[in-house]
Amino acid sequence: MNKRVVITGLGVVASNGIGVEAFKKAIKQGRSGIKYFPYLKELGFSCCIGGIPEISEELKREYLSELQLRNFNSNSILYGCIAGMDAWHSAGLTIDEEVDYNTGTVFGTGTSSVDKFRESIIKIDDHKVKRLGSTAVAQTMVSGVSAYLGGLLGLGNQVTTNSSACTTGTEAIMMGYDRIVAGHADRMLVGSCSDDGAYLWGGFDAMRVLTYKHNDSPTIGSRPMSATASGFVPGGGAGALMLESLESALARDATIYGELLGGHINAGGQRNGGSMTIPNDHAVQQCIKKAIQNAGIKPTDIDTINGHLTATKNDHVEIRNWTEALDLSGDKFPPINTLKSMVGHCLSAAGAIESVACVLQLNEDFIFPNVNCEDISQEILALVHQDQIPRQLINRKINIIAKASFGFGDVNGCIIFKKYLS
Amino acid sequence: MTIPKDQLIKELKDIVKPYIQNQEAYDNLSENTDFINDLKINSANLVDVILDIEDKYEIDIDNDSMESMINVKNSLEVILSKIKAV
Repeated sequence: MNKRVVITGLGVVASNGIGVEAFKKAIKQGRSGIKYFPYLKELGFSCCIGGIPEISEELKREYLSELQLRNFNSNSILYGCIAGMDAWHSAGLTIDEEVDYNTGTVFGTGTSSVDKFRESIIKIDDHKVKRLGSTAVAQTMVSGVSAYLGGLLGLGNQVTTNSSACTTGTEAIMMGYDRIVAGHADRMLVGSCSDDGAYLWGGFDAMRVLTYKHNDSPTIGSRPMSATASGFVPGGGAGALMLESLESALARDATIYGELLGGHINAGGQRNGGSMTIPNDHAVQQCIKKAIQNAGIKPTDIDTINGHLTATKNDHVEIRNWTEALDLSGDKFPPINTLKSMVGHCLSAAGAIESVACVLQLNEDFIFPNVNCEDISQEILALVHQDQIPRQLINRKINIIAKASFGFGDVNGCIIFKKYLS
Repeated sequence: MTIPKDQLIKELKDIVKPYIQNQEAYDNLSENTDFINDLKINSANLVDVILDIEDKYEIDIDNDSMESMINVKNSLEVILSKIKAV
């Protein structure tokens, strides 16, 4: 029989809450972390709102040393280290001098330290390459975040970074799961992070996929599933989960937040309607179906879905894919929510931050509300009953949650969480 | 500056050429041609078409105008109004 994989630690950095407790409170309240940034206006951005976690200098120093912070200019690595170390500590693990050969990390990102990269390019163009110092490489190599975490925590198993656009976080969780199931590691710290700000978001602004209609009303700008959705709101942050084999967790009497039953990762090949930016619907449905099969559950076992649902005008296509993959619709469709209404689309960090929200829902029996969709789109209402898109906090026993992410490159990920009962 | 409509359609045809995925619709391009439904231009590429139009006519196309530029007819209107404004 396959090894069972449980979640024994959580960490999160999001614009509406830094740390698990603050984040949990925010998502229960439906609190937005989206703000207006005048500097984006100054730079000529159409969308000048976003979700940027505010990390104080004091908080930084609880995680990184003065030496590590010297010439440090990386939001992605900072968020990743905070979330990763929080997950480590909440798992009841300590930081030792010894190497832990049984624990590794798959910690994903889309870019590493885009601000540091810019700083380096400016210096090079200014004929000051020597001024890059010793840490430009460590910060800008894509595996920077896993390398930092590996050193901070003394990880001796696989230490790597994955990257698959907006599926990154969900894929990292599945990669860590696979490694534990295969017997190569007892524990895998999994998650993802994303840079934020002008130099990451510029390309999206140019693609016109961001909303430009809410610069005066940032907190209502991210409107997944709404008839008035007008593009996504970009965000940054990180999410982390400590995955552990059930035997290992039981042996050390760890707190278990939930079980990861399994999942599936696939791609649509940019065929059959799929492209660099648009998913192949058949592949999306296959991904969901195979995740359910891999987890050994039935569609009717799902108590709630955490969707990808970004707030472009195509959210109804995702809902249709869920209804067809599960063969459930109307009032038989499970309640579905999306965190993006509160923190925007955190890009490569999205899957991990949203998975932390899933595990919190599972562990404490609630479904967080969707905000900014008081006007659900007609295309969605034609597929599922309005009560299945909760606009208020629901307190209800939750046993199984399905979570999916989809990304540029026509890549998909779907994972299934279950309440752990001893 | 004014440009005859026939000439403008011809110029627009040259601009969209690299992005089209339906040669037949392209060969028959008229004022009623839709960029996505007829020419099968990937929706993500529409912004590149707009940039190429901006470069060709040295105009700035605002967000609201851009949203309407999903077919030849609307694009001609926007181009003409922006050229006149220059």
